[in-house]
Amino acid sequence: MSTNSYAGVDLALDGEGFLQDPAQWTPQIGEAIAAANGIPVLTDRHWIVLHFMRNTFLSTGDAPSIRGLGKESGVPVKELYQLFPKGPAKLAAKICGIPKPHGCI
Amino acid sequence: MTTIQNAPVEGAITPAPIEKVSIIVSKGSLEGIYPALIMANGARMEGIEANVFFTFFGMDAVTKSRMEHIKVATVGNPGLHLPTFLGGLPGMSALVTAQMEKKMATLDIPPIPEFIQLLVDSGARLFLCKASVDMFDLKREDFFDEMEGIITVGDFYQMAAGGQIIFT
Repeated sequence: MSTNSYAGVDLALDGEGFLQDPAQWTPQIGEAIAAANGIPVLTDRHWIVLHFMRNTFLSTGDAPSIRGLGKESGVPVKELYQLFPKGPAKLAAKICGIPKPHGCI
Repeated sequence: MTTIQNAPVEGAITPAPIEKVSIIVSKGSLEGIYPALIMANGARMEGIEANVFFTFFGMDAVTKSRMEHIKVATVGNPGLHLPTFLGGLPGMSALVTAQMEKKMATLDIPPIPEFIQLLVDSGARLFLCKASVDMFDLKREDFFDEMEGIITVGDFYQMAAGGQIIFT
């Protein structure tokens, strides 16, 4: 566990940089985390994925699988990998301030 | 849920992360195919490059006429804990397969054709073994359209260079 400051806010992070408390998150924090992870600008397409992912987590307690993201977010799998190159499920979860997804799929 | 954490050891060198895996699928049963697909998809989810090489009966996973009909082996499969004479009854394989597919659907594990498409969309590269294709008298058009090619063992090793090879 560590703390880091994004968008001027001190945040508790786990060892891999995921927010410990999703309630601390703001879109500005999301933009700062994205920039620190190689995505300088979040487009509307990124935000579709990020909102879908965060809402799914907040309502079900679980992050969607990559399959669920591709089927239900409105952004197909191919594009997910273009938007979030080093693993969409993990990276999008980090940016939208939810814990690291635990599924194998 | 267990969280894997490497205990810090003083003076230990952190191993370099895996950057590429090349997975060989040699078996045509459901339990022979899924682990490879899950590992390939899991690699892509971690940002790891993934190649999948289908050989021998493993080619059924990407053969158009077969990929929707992959079955659990109910004979010669001690892990199933089913007496061999029961496993050999007509319809037993279909029955066990249907049960397993139902369970997998609840876990969000896709059926094989959808899984193969998911791999391609995720940027995994899929190949066929030339020796096997020749041996079974198959042609390119018999296979899933988005296979990258039919390659030799030598090509496979070249492609796998610098990464890990997993045989299933």
